[in-house]
Amino acid sequence: MGQELRRTPLFDEHRALGAKIVAFAGWEMPIQYTSILEEHERVRSACGVFDLSHMGEFWFRGPGARDWVSSLTTNDVAKLEVGQAQYNLMCVESGGIVDDVIVYRTDNEEYLMVVNAANVAKDAAHVSRALPASVRFEDASPRTALVAVQGPRASVVVMAVTNLPVREESIEALPAFGVRRARVADAEAVIARTGYTGEDGFEIFVEWDRAPQVWNRLLVAGASNGVRPIGLGARDTLRLECRYMLYGNDIDETTNPIEAGLSWVVKLDKGEFRGRPAIAAMKERGPSRKLVGLVVQGGVARHGHEVTMEGAVVGNVTSGTFGPTVRKNIALAYVPTGLAAIGTAVCVRIRGKDVPATAGKTPFYKRSG
Amino acid sequence: MVPEGLLYSKEHEWVKVDGEVATVGITDFAQEQLGDVVFVELPSKGEQVRQFASLGVVESVKAASDVYSPVSGEVAERNVDVIEKPELVNESPYQKGWLLKVRLADRGELKGLLSPGDYRAHIGETTGAAGAD
Repeated sequence: MGQELRRTPLFDEHRALGAKIVAFAGWEMPIQYTSILEEHERVRSACGVFDLSHMGEFWFRGPGARDWVSSLTTNDVAKLEVGQAQYNLMCVESGGIVDDVIVYRTDNEEYLMVVNAANVAKDAAHVSRALPASVRFEDASPRTALVAVQGPRASVVVMAVTNLPVREESIEALPAFGVRRARVADAEAVIARTGYTGEDGFEIFVEWDRAPQVWNRLLVAGASNGVRPIGLGARDTLRLECRYMLYGNDIDETTNPIEAGLSWVVKLDKGEFRGRPAIAAMKERGPSRKLVGLVVQGGVARHGHEVTMEGAVVGNVTSGTFGPTVRKNIALAYVPTGLAAIGTAVCVRIRGKDVPATAGKTPFYKRSG
Repeated sequence: MVPEGLLYSKEHEWVKVDGEVATVGITDFAQEQLGDVVFVELPSKGEQVRQFASLGVVESVKAASDVYSPVSGEVAERNVDVIEKPELVNESPYQKGWLLKVRLADRGELKGLLSPGDYRAHIGETTGAAGAD
């Protein structure tokens, strides 16, 4: 692309921690600090902190904010109370997915939308097209850092560095998909019980310059709970075990929510929204292909590999890895609806060889309790 | 770590010659660059490998990498332990993580490989060129 790579406010911290740095979505990001397998296991068994400052943060404020965000998205935004968040999708008129996002209602007339790093410019154009006068839109991405704390010990670690206005309150009481304001490591923060790992955890939004103090305090406060920094490599294996979508791999503008298995995020009865007629029609006729989970027998499937049956190409792999917790080679792939049933035997063409694979139950991993 | 007594390829394989048979693996530098190895694909006994042609694949969590044979010849044995426990490539690249034993077809090919000193210089250059700092 020839564009200069950007750095998060934690770049020097990553370097000092010995991270391997790679280019990702226009940013120089840590892919791993020690080992992807070790970091993955750390999040499943204890706790990890992630620098996600490359992600985009959009604010919508004003009397028209709710209706505007609702008109841009497929899920039922009107259902959100102050302090609640939801997974959501933005689609184009054809029903193709512009981005998958989290929408947080932070106040009566205030919504925060977190978007994928690679999509910030595209999404900003999408959400401000025909913006009504009753909505103030702000792309706060350049001034907003994001640190995620994920794992079974996340609440203990976050509690140690968080102050709430009422002394008796505890951040541990924040429900899943809850969001509120708090002081974290002496910085004003928006803190949410959301994540992308399948574990309990928090995402902490702070001003750009405050990120180092939050990051370092979390690492120090969490030391006795086994906290470690986690790179994007383990973030990908963690999310794939849970069948969380990776935009640009599993979903994009050529895929629609129905075939991606995201019907649960589409509320056709909530009223008009961008893409609704097309998506309703797709739902009506049923999808011709579906995104399924595959367990691959001899080899690691990767994005772009072909799915075959009796030598003929029938689909394509969108994500694939070795799943460190499930101890299997797992993948997501689009296959014809007739081949989507669990237990269907197909093959993945890996380096010219057709390797057996079985459509399996997803998520591949679900935490107990 | 670049042990003495081995020969090396620019593609980061090592070879240990013992009479007519050469043991082949990937170097410590290579496994470090790859990260956690989770899958190894190797030719079977009796198959032919050619010098500097792909002999198989080592996959880490993130990516697949070809392994190039530093020598030509017939596969005398493949390391079944490493197929079952790919992490041996990371844990013990020069010992338990070996990949193949090859019956040498042409000892003259060994002249095309690097000494430990030359290989050290080679990875010094590679590291520098990658701009680690």
